[in-house]
Amino acid sequence: MTVASPPRTNPPKDRRPGNTRYKTYSDWANNHRKWLFAAPAMIFVGILIIFPLGWTMYLSLTDSSGSVRAESDFIGFANYAEVLADTDRFWPAVGRTFAFTSVALAVQMILGMCIALLLWRPFKGEKWVRVAILLPLVATPVAVGMMWRLIFDPNIGFANQVLAFVGIPAQPWLSGQSTALPTVIFIDIWQWTPMVVIILLAGLTSLSEEPDEAARIDGANAWQRFRYVTVPLLMPTIIVAVLLRSIDALKTFDLLYATKGRGGGSFNEVETLNIYAYGLSFDYNDYGLSSTVLIIFFLIIIAAMWVLTRRRKDV
Amino acid sequence: MRVAGLAVTALLGGTLAACGGGGGDEASDTLRVTLANHVWTEKIIEAIPEFEEETGLTVDLTQLGEDQLSAQYNVQLNAGTDEIDVMMYRPLQEGKLFAQNGYLADLTERVESNSEWEWSDFQSGPVDSTTFEDKVVGIPTITEREVLYYRTDLLEAAGLEVPETLEELEAAAQQISEENPDVAGFVARTGKSPAVTQFSSFLYSFGGDFIDEEGNSAVASPEAKEAYAYYGRMINEYGPENVSTDMSWPEAMAIFTQGGAAFYTEADSLYQNATDPANSQVADNVGFAPLPAGPAGSKPYNVPSWGLGINEASNNQDNAWKFIEWATSKEMVLEIQQAGVPGPRTSVWADPEGTATYPEDLVAAIESSAENGVGYDRPLVINVAEAREIVGDPLVIGITGGDVDAAADAASESFQSFLDDERE
Repeated sequence: MTVASPPRTNPPKDRRPGNTRYKTYSDWANNHRKWLFAAPAMIFVGILIIFPLGWTMYLSLTDSSGSVRAESDFIGFANYAEVLADTDRFWPAVGRTFAFTSVALAVQMILGMCIALLLWRPFKGEKWVRVAILLPLVATPVAVGMMWRLIFDPNIGFANQVLAFVGIPAQPWLSGQSTALPTVIFIDIWQWTPMVVIILLAGLTSLSEEPDEAARIDGANAWQRFRYVTVPLLMPTIIVAVLLRSIDALKTFDLLYATKGRGGGSFNEVETLNIYAYGLSFDYNDYGLSSTVLIIFFLIIIAAMWVLTRRRKDV
Repeated sequence: MRVAGLAVTALLGGTLAACGGGGGDEASDTLRVTLANHVWTEKIIEAIPEFEEETGLTVDLTQLGEDQLSAQYNVQLNAGTDEIDVMMYRPLQEGKLFAQNGYLADLTERVESNSEWEWSDFQSGPVDSTTFEDKVVGIPTITEREVLYYRTDLLEAAGLEVPETLEELEAAAQQISEENPDVAGFVARTGKSPAVTQFSSFLYSFGGDFIDEEGNSAVASPEAKEAYAYYGRMINEYGPENVSTDMSWPEAMAIFTQGGAAFYTEADSLYQNATDPANSQVADNVGFAPLPAGPAGSKPYNVPSWGLGINEASNNQDNAWKFIEWATSKEMVLEIQQAGVPGPRTSVWADPEGTATYPEDLVAAIESSAENGVGYDRPLVINVAEAREIVGDPLVIGITGGDVDAAADAASESFQSFLDDERE
């Protein structure tokens, strides 16, 4: 971005540098310019991030339910004690959140790397392949969820018809208690691997050729060059991809809600922290408890990101 | 620069005007109406231009799916919005909560004031559900009862009569599913929460209920356990293969209308999905019957599924009432009922024109259901969503072939502590 300098004009009569009032303002602005320039962003952050966060934190210390305008009592950390002792819904939801994120992330990174390596060197029809790979990325997750829900329908779905064609018995997919979570992970992988591909491909194309050539001359084979030259050079890009995808995967909501609905299914089989908190708020109208879950979730995300960014600094 | 300045001014002005446009103490000529996606809504939308012409008002309509509507109300009414005037809501699901929170305006005086519109013409069950602490807070618009949908061709091929008891229904479902490998004997909703409303009729017919007379949990009573076991067994043993535990009516209806099941129990208000050849492959072979009788007789629910209320914070309540009066007038209820949406008015049901467009066997089933019907189809509590999930648990356990007895005991324990909490 280029910044054009303002056109030089003669200062108006009463705003001449000699005018003390103008000078005071201008000096003040000059001395505080870092705050002045940052002010719009700070106001934005204050209104849209800090206030809601503070309000949520306040609600988490009350027994607010039914309506947020109804009277509620300050109950200290009672909600936290209740949530942390809840082994029926809360802890399983924590487990599912991490299972979903880690499996989806691992597969997306490996698959994304393989595809990016394939697309790295130019080949015929490259453009078409790239477009085809990017298609899942441009669809909204709710539409994607509904589409896969139809495909995986146990009775009329396309997936089971294909299985029947090759002689494999029908699978319950999204409707099975044990198969639902792997199925939504699969859908997430289908939708978001292209994003990893884009990021890694951008990193790969910006790498300089020399280290690779030097290794080649030294007699390193393809795997050795990938393992000891490409991966270390690409590490900053890989960390960026991991960061972006893990934040996104942790807070996945739309896909899960579109495929399994409230509570993550009748057995809460895909209920993650997000789905659980949404249900507490919008189905049970239990704002105190819901805020508590969200605050704990927020702390978990902060902790996870802290660990990941430290790793990034090490690189 | 000047252009940019103008643009900013225009933008700010526009935004401020938009902010101010909704409020104000003056009644506005624009009436903001929020409705759910429903057949009733489609019919009313067709007629809205007439209302606008008659009254000179402009209707600003928002239409949402059931879940989105509920979430929208939670956010907007919680924030005390005056941006909604007329609201379509579910009296049995949210009625108590909304009335208790003071979201719904008191309509008691208004319903009494117009004798031509005739409040006493509304069926008493639905009226009870839209009344909170002796105040009328809503006007019922759509009523429904659970009936048995069945396939006439399959029954004929199997040489069976229409089942009149739950025992006969089970035997028939078993026989048909054994004779036709691709067809399930029985289908119904399976999702933990959606199934509760349809299960309620089975529960009452077995002699059980969700809550006993003292206000305690009754879901572990012997009658309730039998009902849970029956509903679960019907789907687990004679239901579709690979049955999902997430089905609400669209999924269950799809299985029935694609020829995948012989019997299906569902709300009568959805009958057109099964009889309309555009949606249903079995349209020519659909029959209707009252819910088969259990040990306590045939006791289906008979409830108002939707009603219209006025937002207490609205500044346009007089005009909002005009809309409701029009939408629930005898003429309009008759017109909409003829188009296939069962209404709440006694006079319309008594009028041969009101039932002329319905299949004869369905009218008979509705009549008998209205006689023995129970006025609610879910636990009557404030936090209905949570209660439904608790009492729905033994259903999904039964559907997947688990231990229903233990599940009913566990559900009863949670339900009791839920009721105790709510009583505090």
